[in-house]
Amino acid sequence: MAATSELPPEFIVKIDYDRCRRCKRCVMNCSFGCMHFTDRVVPEHKLCVACQRCVTYCPEHAITVTKNELAYKENANWSPELRKNILKQAETGGILLVGMGNPRDYPILWDHLLIDACQVTNPSIDPLREPMELRTFLGRKPDRLEFVERDDGEIDLATEIEPQVRLDVPVIFGAMSYGAVSLNVHRSLVMAAARSGTLMNTGEGGLHRELYPYAGNVIVQVASGRFGVHSEYLNTSAMVEIKIGQGAKPGIGGHLPGEKVDEDISKTRMIPVGSDAISPAPHHDIYSIEDLSQLIYAIKEATDYEKPVSVKISAVHNVAAIASGIVRAGADVVTIDGFRGGTGAAPMVIRDNVGIPIELALAAVDQRLRDEGIRNNASIICAGGIRSSGDMAKAIALGADAVVIGTAALVAMGCRICQKCYTGNCAWGIATQRPELVRRLDPQVGSARLSNLLTAWSLELKEILGSLGVNSIESLRGSRERLRGVGLDSQTLELLGVKPAGVGQ
Amino acid sequence: MRGNCYIPSGCSVSGIMSESGRRQDGNAIIKSIALMHDRANGLGGGFAAYGIYPRRSDLYAFHMMFDDMAAKERCEEHFKDRFDIVLDEAMPTRPGGAYEEETSGRWGERGVQPIINPPVLWRYFMDVPEDKTKFVSDREYVVGEVMEINSTIDGAFVASSGKNMGAFKGVGYPEDIGVFYKLGEYKAYIWTAHGRFPTNTPGWWGGAHPFCLLDWSIVHNGEISSYGINKRYLEPFGYKLELRTDTEVVAYLFDLLVRRHKLSIELAAKVLASPFWDDIDRMPDRERRIATALRQVYGGALLNGPFSIILGHSRGMVGFNDRIKLRPMTCARKDDMLYMSSEESAIREISPDLDEVWSPRAGTPVIGELDEGVA
Repeated sequence: MAATSELPPEFIVKIDYDRCRRCKRCVMNCSFGCMHFTDRVVPEHKLCVACQRCVTYCPEHAITVTKNELAYKENANWSPELRKNILKQAETGGILLVGMGNPRDYPILWDHLLIDACQVTNPSIDPLREPMELRTFLGRKPDRLEFVERDDGEIDLATEIEPQVRLDVPVIFGAMSYGAVSLNVHRSLVMAAARSGTLMNTGEGGLHRELYPYAGNVIVQVASGRFGVHSEYLNTSAMVEIKIGQGAKPGIGGHLPGEKVDEDISKTRMIPVGSDAISPAPHHDIYSIEDLSQLIYAIKEATDYEKPVSVKISAVHNVAAIASGIVRAGADVVTIDGFRGGTGAAPMVIRDNVGIPIELALAAVDQRLRDEGIRNNASIICAGGIRSSGDMAKAIALGADAVVIGTAALVAMGCRICQKCYTGNCAWGIATQRPELVRRLDPQVGSARLSNLLTAWSLELKEILGSLGVNSIESLRGSRERLRGVGLDSQTLELLGVKPAGVGQ
Repeated sequence: MRGNCYIPSGCSVSGIMSESGRRQDGNAIIKSIALMHDRANGLGGGFAAYGIYPRRSDLYAFHMMFDDMAAKERCEEHFKDRFDIVLDEAMPTRPGGAYEEETSGRWGERGVQPIINPPVLWRYFMDVPEDKTKFVSDREYVVGEVMEINSTIDGAFVASSGKNMGAFKGVGYPEDIGVFYKLGEYKAYIWTAHGRFPTNTPGWWGGAHPFCLLDWSIVHNGEISSYGINKRYLEPFGYKLELRTDTEVVAYLFDLLVRRHKLSIELAAKVLASPFWDDIDRMPDRERRIATALRQVYGGALLNGPFSIILGHSRGMVGFNDRIKLRPMTCARKDDMLYMSSEESAIREISPDLDEVWSPRAGTPVIGELDEGVA
């Protein structure tokens, strides 16, 4: 936003000059150019995005950032945000661009679901003293197993099982492309995934060669721009994902501005330095489900049928039927991304108004696949809006095999959700390619923090399983009987397949 | 007749089998389950018996419970076009019957009579018409019919539907139920029994154990904490879980795994009470491959929560516990007899001098089979 804009500042930066020792650390830390130094620190309020970087790093705790309370006169109908947006568009004539997931006050169904626990008739289990199993396998499973008797009288497996990917914790890091995020973010994610026995997802920007040794913990994505996709890339993975849609912007493509395409990104994405990387809205070789099937099998051919293929779609109205088609088209995993999922950049009108809540989409897909008798044929990954281990447990109980965290992972690495990812100025070194900012995130520290988060969530999930009186994740997965709804209307309950709180089994 | 409540239950179980196929009357099993009177609370008891109808062993014996005569008529109307009824008759019962020992006397103290308000109990010996089995096996056909009767015919319930076997169950203490059904007059090579302590009270005869489908019978002490997913796992295979109790999933899972998927009883038990991953990881290659595949493919069939279960079928009896043995089970042998029970005392009560007594390990099935050559 130009400093000449008529928009009032969103935030006010207050400096306590009695405490300030003029060390200029805030000036160095602010990546949005808000802090100036003449004989003392002078903030340019209009440029502040409330990323909290200066506040966090001021050694004297002399900085506070507050809302510019009366920037817009109070009006219950015309919120400050609406007026701000109109002013911006009146000045620029452009589509409003935003970062991160949908911040609007839509109902969050996770917060209306409660989990059961044992009392008397079935004992709860203490996860610190008894085994508690979270191991999960992603991939297509047969409906049944067959066995043969060998010459020595022992039996052996006759059914050939398609490739499965093992997770020690049912949480996967979400797709965030190298370009949208820094290489240090990819390094942190992949190291944490390796340490915690799970997967990270490259997003659509390819995989930097430096990370090839981590192939076993990587989902490589194939998106509509096909950036960085080549045979070796496909085979440097645990799983391949075809990205059809993203929860934050269903039906919308992507655009990485040329300024971000440096030497390394250029090599990884296989595009010239400085050129815009534009992902088309659709895959131009997929205009139908049968086209998708061709791409699934093309990838399977390219990877020698050794890796599960996932298809990621946004949660839209007809998600259940689409997911069913995807499974029948040959996908081994379906990833559903809810409308609260994050993004580096999306048109605000799409992010805030398109798609459906992941809770309903997940419930609909799981039930549809069961109704059609094909639930075993694919794993379901639930993405977009998982904020805590409680959300994770509820998602698994609704039917997910595993969940995805994107925003939560970024927050663990320092993100303050200031929603300016698309500017390339991320003060925390996450959504940026500016070398002086990128190095703010130390991959050793980032990966340790991510692993800590996964460890904490695993422990919490084990506590939940123990209180439910079960000792394996299979007994939670799809067990909607252990969920109850509060404050939900009967139709929502029916769609979720969950009884209202107060009703017994 | 059909309660609207779900019933978690505590309980006692007992099973007796002659592996040589000798048939004995029901007095011993009644005596055994009567000893564990205090594990039940009078809200359900029942027995399964194998070998009781040798002269009609080629016919499906349907033990039916009806709310009233109108329900019976509705059901018979349903049977008419679907089965050849060779014989139908009232179940022989002794209304007001009670086990004469002190334990049952407590009913009197509480001013309650044993075995009250039985539903209409009727049994049908039926054949499956040939034209019904062009596309499905007769067993598949019978399963479909049982599901349909239980879910669509109001007031009718199939207590058992196997050949040469039957379930005898109701609301009351098991020993009184045994007397009510005159089990002393039947002879069987396998008897299983159940005394029930449900933690709420719909007082529904159909809700008592054993649960039966074809020749499978299940008596179960425990609660299936994974019921929610087990039910959703079974539904796409055509099973209708209408009985509002967790035990029926066990019967249907065995039917699915053993009859339809052709797994051995041992493998089915490994599905229902699977080994832990830590143990699987230490197995030799072949076993590890099998155990891993079973867990990957049949995760929805894993039974979790506390249980000890005795499964009966026409060729044998299987006892097993949950993976961490949260409910008791003791087994014993004497000559050709195999015993399983919640308590050792209930075995000693009928066979004081045993060859061998042991407590099976968690998740490890104890399998009794008829000797080869026994018809």
